[in-house]
Order: sequence, then structure tokens, then C-alpha cells
Amino acid sequence: MRELVENIARALVDNPDEVKVNMVEGEKSMILELKVAPDDMGKVIGKQGRIAKSIRTVVKAASSKEKKKVVVEIV
Amino acid sequence: MKTLEITAKTVDEAVQTALKELQVDLEQVEVEVLEEPSKGFLGIIGSKMAKVKITVKEDPLDMAKAFLQPILDKLGVKPEIRTSKTDKYYHLSFHGSRLGILIGHRGETLDSLQYLCNLAVNKKLENRVHIILDVENYRQRREETLIKLARKLSDKAKRTGRKVVLEPMSPQERRIIHTALQNDPEIQTFSEGQEPYRKVVISLK
Repeated sequence: MRELVENIARALVDNPDEVKVNMVEGEKSMILELKVAPDDMGKVIGKQGRIAKSIRTVVKAASSKEKKKVVVEIV
Repeated sequence: MKTLEITAKTVDEAVQTALKELQVDLEQVEVEVLEEPSKGFLGIIGSKMAKVKITVKEDPLDMAKAFLQPILDKLGVKPEIRTSKTDKYYHLSFHGSRLGILIGHRGETLDSLQYLCNLAVNKKLENRVHIILDVENYRQRREETLIKLARKLSDKAKRTGRKVVLEPMSPQERRIIHTALQNDPEIQTFSEGQEPYRKVVISLK
């Protein structure tokens, strides 16, 4: 799941090397913290969060088989 | 982007050599002539070779596939991908069984994948292209459903004399509703609200 977020984010930003995803696993949920270069924030959030929303939708689809709820946070 | 500089006696010869080396067709590359050949004085002094620079244009369809493949793997699907191109529109359609996961609720996942794919591909290209993703003709089936819905709701508006407000839809889906009812003399349609919650309203004229 972490790789999925990393893959998508790297394809969208100008500084792919600075993309980092931190995974925090809880009992019922998994939080993926996406970190990008400050200049690239807009590229993963988008106008009115449209890109962030799309990333979350794709991640949600990929995590549907897992029992845990997956949350993507941009930090 | 792959580039190659080749020197030969003529421009044509240089281009042909480059194409052979890169194993591509002329349509797939951009040719820039760096130096025109010249015979020089009596063909001995000052003769110059032709020098060309060949740049391989990347195919948006290949780029889209490269972006999507790891995602498809993570989603656990192995669809057959068919591609086609019309003008600026590049179509990729997925075929296979159990691809519902790619579509999602009302095409939500498919639209998200398409949006991200367009961003990823256009980031690397100079000229904007449009990539359209489809799963087992989902878009066409959805269009037919929306047209039926539009007719049904316009009947309701005529019967009750009141306006009918539809659920929020994407611009593409709203357009389908507007188009379906534009020739109805008794009905007018318009959209209200802010993206992404804009909805179509069907009312009597």
C-alpha cells in the first residue's frame, strides 16, 4: 500500500526523490503519511484537494481487500 | 527523452542511420538539422558533413501504461489493455473479468485513475493530450443509463410541473444529460452549485 502511494506521488511531483511515505499501523486502521518537497505540495493536493481526493479514492480501492481502513494524510 | 546525434554525408543518410540505430519510424521522432552538408572548394577543402539531432517522441499511450501498470498490480487485476487514438484523445480500455474494482462507485475510481494518469503523462509532455480510460465499455453503458434517466426525469417534470434536481455529477456526465434533453421544446436544463457538487436541474420552459 505504501508503494502505491509512493508510485503515484512520484509520477506527479517535480522532485520525486523527496517523496516519502511513512506508515503508521494501528489495530483497525493504517495511516499513510505522504511527505513531499514544499514546492510540490500543490502537485499532490491540487485545486480544492482534487488530486488528494483522487489518490485517496485509488488507495481506497486497493485497500478494499484488506480488513484495515487505510487513511492517506499529506504532511 | 532519448536523443541521438549522427553525422553522415547527407541529411537523409544521417536520419536513416539514426532511425535504424534507435529502431523507430520517422513518425516517432523529431529531426533537427544541426549542420547542413557542403561540398567545399573542389570537394576537398572545407567540405562539411551533415549533422542531425534525432529526438524520440514518447508515446502518451506507453507513458500511460507505465503509470498504470504498478497500480493495476496493487489492485490485484490483470486486464487486457486495448489502445486507440483519435486526434488528441488517447483511449485505453481494460478488458477482463472482475474489473469492478477499477470502476468503483458510479465510476469514481475510474475517474480518479484517469485524472491522475492525465496529470502524470502531461507532466512529461510539451503538448497536452487527453487520456480516456474505460473498463468493458463502462462509459458507453453509463451514457445510455444517463440518457434513460434524463428522459424519465423530464417526463416527471412535465407531469408534476415542478423542477427536478439530479444528484451531483462530473462535467462529462452533466453534458450527457443536457445533450439528451436539448431538443425537447418543453424542457430546459441548467446546472447549479459548485464543483464537485454541481447538479443538473431539469425544469419546464
